Amino acid sequence: MTEKRRIVLTVNGTEHAIAVEPRCTLADALREECRLTGTHLGCEHGVCGACTVLVDGAAVRACLMFAVQAEGRTVRTVEGLAEGDRMHPLQRAFQEHHGLQCGFCTPGFLMLAAGVLEETPDIDDAGLREALSSNLCRCTGYQNIVKAVRAAASEMRR
Amino acid sequence: MNWIGRSLPRIEDPALLRGQGGFTADLAAGALRVSFLRSPLACGRILGIEAPEGVTVYTLAEMGDIRPIRPRLFRPDYVAVGQPVLAADRVHFSGQAVAMVVAETAAAAEDLAEQVFLDIEPEDPVIGLDAALAPDARPVHPEAPGNVLVEGQMRSPGLDAAFAAAAHVLEVDLRSGRQSAMPLEGRGGVARFDAATGRVTLHASVQMPQMLRTGIADTLGMREADLRVIAPDVGGGFGQKMSLFPEYPALVWLARHLRTDVAWIEDRRENFLAAAHGRDQAFTVRGAFDAEGRLLGLDADLRSDVGAFSCYPVTCGVEPLMAFAELPGPYRVPEYGVRSRGVATNSCMMAPYRGVSRPNLTLAMERLMERAASACGLAPEEIRRRNLVTAFPHRSPTGLVHDEGSYVAAMDLALEIADAPGFRARQQAARAEGRHLGLGLSVFSERAGYGTPAFAARAMEIVPGYETVECSMDPSGHVELRIGASPHGQGLKTSLGQLVADEMGLTPDRVRVISGDTDAVPYGWGTFASRSMVISGGACKRASAGIATRLRGVAARMLEVEPDSVTLENGTARSEASNRVLDIGEIARAAYHQSHRFPEAEGGLRQTASYDPAGTFSNACHIALVEVDIDTGQVVIERFFVVEDAGLLVNPMIVDGQIHGGVAQGIANALYEEVIYDADGNLLTASLADYLVPTLAEIPDIEIAHLETRTDASETRAKGVGEGGTIGAPAAVLNAINDALAPLGAAIERVPATPERIRAAIRAATGGT
Amino acid sequence: MKCAAFDYHRPADTAEMLARLAEHGPEARVLAGGQSLVPAMNFRLLRPAVLLDANALPGLDRVQADGDRLRIGALVRHAAFHLPVADGPLGRLLARTVPYIAHYPIRQRGTFGGSLAHADPAAEWCLIAVLLDAEVEMHSQRGVRSVPADGFFRASFTTDAAPDELLTEVRLPLLGNDWHVGFYEFARRAGDYALAMAGAALQIGRDGRITAARLALGSVAGRPLRLTTLEAGLRGELPGPDLLREVAAGAGALVEVSDDIHASAAYRRDLCGVVLERALRQALQSLPQDAAA
Repeated sequence: MTEKRRIVLTVNGTEHAIAVEPRCTLADALREECRLTGTHLGCEHGVCGACTVLVDGAAVRACLMFAVQAEGRTVRTVEGLAEGDRMHPLQRAFQEHHGLQCGFCTPGFLMLAAGVLEETPDIDDAGLREALSSNLCRCTGYQNIVKAVRAAASEMRR
Repeated sequence: MNWIGRSLPRIEDPALLRGQGGFTADLAAGALRVSFLRSPLACGRILGIEAPEGVTVYTLAEMGDIRPIRPRLFRPDYVAVGQPVLAADRVHFSGQAVAMVVAETAAAAEDLAEQVFLDIEPEDPVIGLDAALAPDARPVHPEAPGNVLVEGQMRSPGLDAAFAAAAHVLEVDLRSGRQSAMPLEGRGGVARFDAATGRVTLHASVQMPQMLRTGIADTLGMREADLRVIAPDVGGGFGQKMSLFPEYPALVWLARHLRTDVAWIEDRRENFLAAAHGRDQAFTVRGAFDAEGRLLGLDADLRSDVGAFSCYPVTCGVEPLMAFAELPGPYRVPEYGVRSRGVATNSCMMAPYRGVSRPNLTLAMERLMERAASACGLAPEEIRRRNLVTAFPHRSPTGLVHDEGSYVAAMDLALEIADAPGFRARQQAARAEGRHLGLGLSVFSERAGYGTPAFAARAMEIVPGYETVECSMDPSGHVELRIGASPHGQGLKTSLGQLVADEMGLTPDRVRVISGDTDAVPYGWGTFASRSMVISGGACKRASAGIATRLRGVAARMLEVEPDSVTLENGTARSEASNRVLDIGEIARAAYHQSHRFPEAEGGLRQTASYDPAGTFSNACHIALVEVDIDTGQVVIERFFVVEDAGLLVNPMIVDGQIHGGVAQGIANALYEEVIYDADGNLLTASLADYLVPTLAEIPDIEIAHLETRTDASETRAKGVGEGGTIGAPAAVLNAINDALAPLGAAIERVPATPERIRAAIRAATGGT
Repeated sequence: MKCAAFDYHRPADTAEMLARLAEHGPEARVLAGGQSLVPAMNFRLLRPAVLLDANALPGLDRVQADGDRLRIGALVRHAAFHLPVADGPLGRLLARTVPYIAHYPIRQRGTFGGSLAHADPAAEWCLIAVLLDAEVEMHSQRGVRSVPADGFFRASFTTDAAPDELLTEVRLPLLGNDWHVGFYEFARRAGDYALAMAGAALQIGRDGRITAARLALGSVAGRPLRLTTLEAGLRGELPGPDLLREVAAGAGALVEVSDDIHASAAYRRDLCGVVLERALRQALQSLPQDAAA
């Protein structure tokens, strides 16, 4: 049962061939096998959303999915948001609007917002607030996260 | 160019935004993983620890001669109880660490832990303040028979006369639920053993790295020099990460014992069980008022549940003694009587949590003001106007000196921006439709940036307070600031850069701040208690002013002018007496590489400075507008206003961010979050499905305005702002709820004001429906 | 909080899944969306020896109308219901209910069938299934059977499904346009497990009187509860706010409510009437719109 399985998944455009126990979550596999530690674990029971990543474009909790389930799938994490030196509009907006303090929840919020805005670029404000209520932040009171995502959404629509 | 006062984007952000932050768990690769076996019982005697063959379990017995964590106060009314690093004979709360196992992965360590049986004979636990203070209560610790670990008392001579003369005597009996600071990143440490030197480097998610090093070294009986502590990126602290928790010395011991690298990454369940809690307090406050609503005297009985142990270094006195000293808050209290007790129970240790006692004492005072307003037939703002401190400096009944503030002005501005008269009209109209709106005021002061004088007044064995900064400029003209403060989300590196840039006439991108590494920074106290911009900022200002003086001296010699005529600006030095302009880099290079010419730069461009102020008081007024659904008891906060006076704002964007986050945690305190134990001391809220941290859906827009009183009590003229949001918000929300319920005759004096409690209050008042 | 070890299989078709289920029986769990199962495993509250991943099974991710029924494949994700999956009241009811289910990322993964199989008393889909007398279809190597929702939910987290059975499809009646539907739940925070929830469906005749009523409460007891006595009392009545208030007020007294740290029994009993009245009010609000349509 603790025997490792070999799987291949594509993370941020790069194929990763890794060996994981079936019980290894996607979050742990990204962090420990792919060495992409930008995906954070805040609760490991699906509430805080710090581990949110995109799997085949859908924003999901990486702590609630096993790595073996991601075999052959395309995963995007916070490390894949920027294009080289150029930060993603969401990243730029978070800095400009002070949408982060300690930064621990930030990767999850960025990927949540990326998933939502890619799915619904013209999302209305109520829909955006509803979607952003999926994740927890302990520092910002959410004020500037909303501002940042709104600003990024309008830039991404341009 | 003036950098202070500008909302510069933070230099901390790009790495965090790209997923390149280095939090403790990110640094654990290759280390063995530790799992702590925790007591499933709140109280009991350990009879044995049974492990299957082949499973190595580390207990206190293996650890040899190590000391318990026993912080002290030099007060006769303090009982110093010790917390063993691993429980040996008895367990004192559910979740207490009893033993450790080690494996290659976290999952495998948990597998091992499951195979170990802790044989504990249950004893009756003491759960809750009332049980602990009952006359026949079993002592949690034999050395404290009545369960009181610390007590502060005073009674001014005229108190009885004040009550005898009162037109109105009003009482508030306030209860606050227990809260967890709930940083999104839990605790954790990675201890790496260096075989070559025998040193251990501990990366840990902490707020006070130097203190942690001292504490671990003292506990293990090792030299501090053999331990390096680094606070890397830290995912929120809010006080929870100040204390020396037993897991850290255990981890360092294990790294030394196994001569290898070990890591413990706390999970959320452990964080709820065994990291510190706060706020579990019951305050009974009586106020004597004259017929015009003027407070004549205050008499308070304050009880704080401190849990099973005393937190290091600030001790379990932190909540009760803060409440004792600061209850009068922003009000004139001519006569004061108080008894404030810290009470032991079989529950997780209490430690500072953002605000420390002041959310609850503000709740008590602000509820008292509302009751008095209603008894005297005054508007809420009027009773406050008659009692707020207006003459500064003001000496409180416990001897605290309030520097210049804007207590009345902040309230008046808040009422204006909240359009209180407009709201009152809407409220009347809504009542006619059967809807219940309410407005709640909260006026308070936030004692901030206090140094050793304040902590020494508590008679602490370890007196925190000063900060030291080592500032240097390298030959290329770039500045390094080595600070004892340990920022973890506050953006301090950005705002200190602004401060220093102004002092030295540079752009902030020339300033690099180094913090959190005991090998690289001077001894200091870390980041907590709304202190870093005031104290570390003050030290930075002094140190950078010293370097600026040297730079001016070198430049003067290079320009052949008088030093007093030299101005540093935009990375250059110029003088009216010369038409040459020198780049700072040119001056720095000359100071280092032509030092024989520049006696004023002897020893290089470096300056160490310390700052240890008595403290300052920020102040603010919060207003909450709420609607209560009286059928369900649900509260919706429509709007939330803050008028903050934190003195000079170095980076207004960062200051607003502190207020936003603080208010959100205060709303959580007022409406949602509560750590709940059952009667046997089992934690019932060990997940985020049961411990209700608000999401965006529960937090309204927070509208902020600033006043900026200039104070002489702070070197930088900045006052602290880290805790105010959390201190003021609960009272604004609870007052607003009570305002909404007033037509029903219902009142609630408890937080969190859950829908169920609000319904119960309505039922009690209306006799059923 | 790492889960205990397990064996993992991802059957490529239903036959293989049924064979695995027959082989492993009670020590296996079927993994669909995993949004409730995996947290319980991470806390080690559940520790199946074998996890059978249903996500590769073909044909279970479709929603289709079939005569007077809507057939919902077990693997249809919650998010699929935000836009009405069917014309008329049923699609509307499902779309009104789905926003209450947890949060956006959870709805991307969680499945309709998984929710029923998990049988959390606070699950919105379980309430809807009971409200509308859903048929739950299960396959095993022993054959196929359908059970009505009322018989499917036995108790908290307990269903009629045998260890070798796979829930494959849920069938709901496609309500005609003379049905008016409402759903309401009360939770401490948006997206939380409800303290109480109610579903209501009223069929209104040409004369404006109620010809049939379906009322159910969820999250108040071990399984969703139909309020048949109240339903009977509504038949033949003219719907109006007073009637609804009166009917709803009786709801709490009819049910055995549960008690936990989030709500005492007394408070929950209070909430039963409130959520039911609000669900009924929502159902009535669609009356003029439906009449126009």
